[in-house]
Amino acid sequence: MKLTDFPDSHGHFGPYGGVFVAETLMAALDELRVEYEKARNDPAFIAEFEYELKHYVGRPSPVYHAKRLSEQYGGAQIFLKREDLNHTGAHKINNTIGQALLARRMGKKRVIAETGAGQHGVASATVAARYGMECVVYMGAEDVARQSPNVYRMKLLGATVVPVSSGSKTLKDALNEAMRDWVTNVESTFYILGTAAGPHPYPMLVRDFQCVIGREAIVQMQEQANRQPDCVIACVGGGSNAIGIFYPYLAHPGVKLIGVEAGGSGIASGKHAAPLSAGTPGILHGFRSYLMQDENGQIIETHSVSAGLDYPGVGPEHSWLKDAHKAEYVAINDDEAMAAFHDLCKYEGIIPALESSHAVAHAKKLAPTMKKDQIILVNLSGRGDKDINTVAKLSGITL
Amino acid sequence: MSRIGQTFAALKAQNKKALIPFITAGDPGRGMTVPLMHALVEAGADIIELGVPFSDPMADGPVIQRASERALANKIGLKDVLAMAAEFRKINTTTPVVLMGYANPVERMGYAVFAEAAKAAGVDGVLTVDIPPEESAGVADVFKAAGLDPIFLLSPTTPESRVELVAAAAGGFIYYVSLKGVTGSANLDMDEVAQKIATIRRHCTLPVGVGFGIRDAATAEAVARIADAVVVGSRIVSEIETSPESEVVSRVKTLVQDLRRGVDAASK
Repeated sequence: MKLTDFPDSHGHFGPYGGVFVAETLMAALDELRVEYEKARNDPAFIAEFEYELKHYVGRPSPVYHAKRLSEQYGGAQIFLKREDLNHTGAHKINNTIGQALLARRMGKKRVIAETGAGQHGVASATVAARYGMECVVYMGAEDVARQSPNVYRMKLLGATVVPVSSGSKTLKDALNEAMRDWVTNVESTFYILGTAAGPHPYPMLVRDFQCVIGREAIVQMQEQANRQPDCVIACVGGGSNAIGIFYPYLAHPGVKLIGVEAGGSGIASGKHAAPLSAGTPGILHGFRSYLMQDENGQIIETHSVSAGLDYPGVGPEHSWLKDAHKAEYVAINDDEAMAAFHDLCKYEGIIPALESSHAVAHAKKLAPTMKKDQIILVNLSGRGDKDINTVAKLSGITL
Repeated sequence: MSRIGQTFAALKAQNKKALIPFITAGDPGRGMTVPLMHALVEAGADIIELGVPFSDPMADGPVIQRASERALANKIGLKDVLAMAAEFRKINTTTPVVLMGYANPVERMGYAVFAEAAKAAGVDGVLTVDIPPEESAGVADVFKAAGLDPIFLLSPTTPESRVELVAAAAGGFIYYVSLKGVTGSANLDMDEVAQKIATIRRHCTLPVGVGFGIRDAATAEAVARIADAVVVGSRIVSEIETSPESEVVSRVKTLVQDLRRGVDAASK
């Protein structure tokens, strides 16, 4: 089996992935699997998806040679895949359009979503408005507080935002609550899962919808540099922007793939969100993958300056790529990500999302070790407008 | 025959139905669980379902979620739950104990290590909510080899084609969750439940227990008329949550006695 042939028919990426959910959801996941299988082989479905990506999202997103940043970092040339320029400001919309089209195809009039930073919630509320569907977004109470502009955006778009106060009040708890809603309203409701995680077929279908990032990049790099990059760097929370750019590059074995997890206050401090760097395999939210857990198998609280990376698990395909040594995973601390955030503002006039700043920060470490004619492609997964309150607060500034 | 099988056989011989109360181990306190288990038996429980606390109980409603959070605040892990079962067994050697929880704590311990430890602690059955038969290859066999009954759920959304698959993997009894939704939801459509149980019985000879939505003697009686066992969780956990600690045992006992009367009324 080729690496790009995964998952198998049961959703397994080697030992990872699968369908670990209560019986109540089995029929719904099976229905989704069957319907998606039909959709992905239906030229009309694919044509509509591509039309929406072009005319509604504004794709293709540019690949941009960040010359001043490259000069500043003093080594390899840094190119940015500008997912921040998509409608709604991040890669999330690629996936929500695909899933909303699936929902419509399945006759579901109500969609639900979980969100951490709010980007996936906004992208879900957006497509719900676009296709005339009712939308309910679950968001950890802590994230509601630290991402208030996105909460208001979702409301403007007509969505109901439900703050979740159980557990750690962050993304994982929002996901639990969304699953509970789905269990209860399974016949009327489509669950738009925001990352390449969850039970099969979600990791596969989210990857497929996000792969447009990597496919475009391969063409654009050839056009601009007449070659492919030496390495591709993307941040990894659940891992959808990373798998979206990595997966098409798996067919280019000369290109090194590097996923960047949230190192929080540092791996050694224990306060981080880096399951691939410092976790162990386990089962959470319907799939097996690397997790942040204690010796009793309880999920432990994660820490990151970036709400979108603040998640104790990771998409199963990343666990598989890690074990197969097809991708490398590293961690970047909060302060390193903050420094890279400011670099990109200062030298390129781009305010990046704190999530994406983690990928830029790793490029900052790597570039000086490489030659000037080598290329790093960073997936700039989202823009940072949503983060200005967090950044201001950390800089001791009151807005 | 397993202790669960024996229990159902004995009840059948007396034309009685089983009452299966659920409590979360370690809720409200570490030392409360074993006394509560004995109280459940005294009040008329035939089988005890002991919840293993988990940080992310995706299939549970707020009542059992909060019980899990209280137990975790008391630092209760899977090993502690097994120790509680073993302590219960020192006095009670007849009432089956079923552990109910999520996959990850068991996965973390290791399925074979867990199965052996659970058997040694006197546990009779294991229900891991988020391991459906499709993912249980190896797991159910490991449990069965250790002498543990693997308990599986069926739901209103389970198509008939899956009932057979679930029945083939299951041991002990089938747990039919009679409502869509999480634990602690309301409203129970008895005709719909009866129809589904008839479907299950076409594919499965195991006893069928029904849970979700049973709140009092009347609903317990209605369910006992059509099922082999009545499972009550959120209502009992809610009683534990709202009782002062000194009254937890006596209040739970009163509640379960009432449920028992309901179950027995169905056999008259």
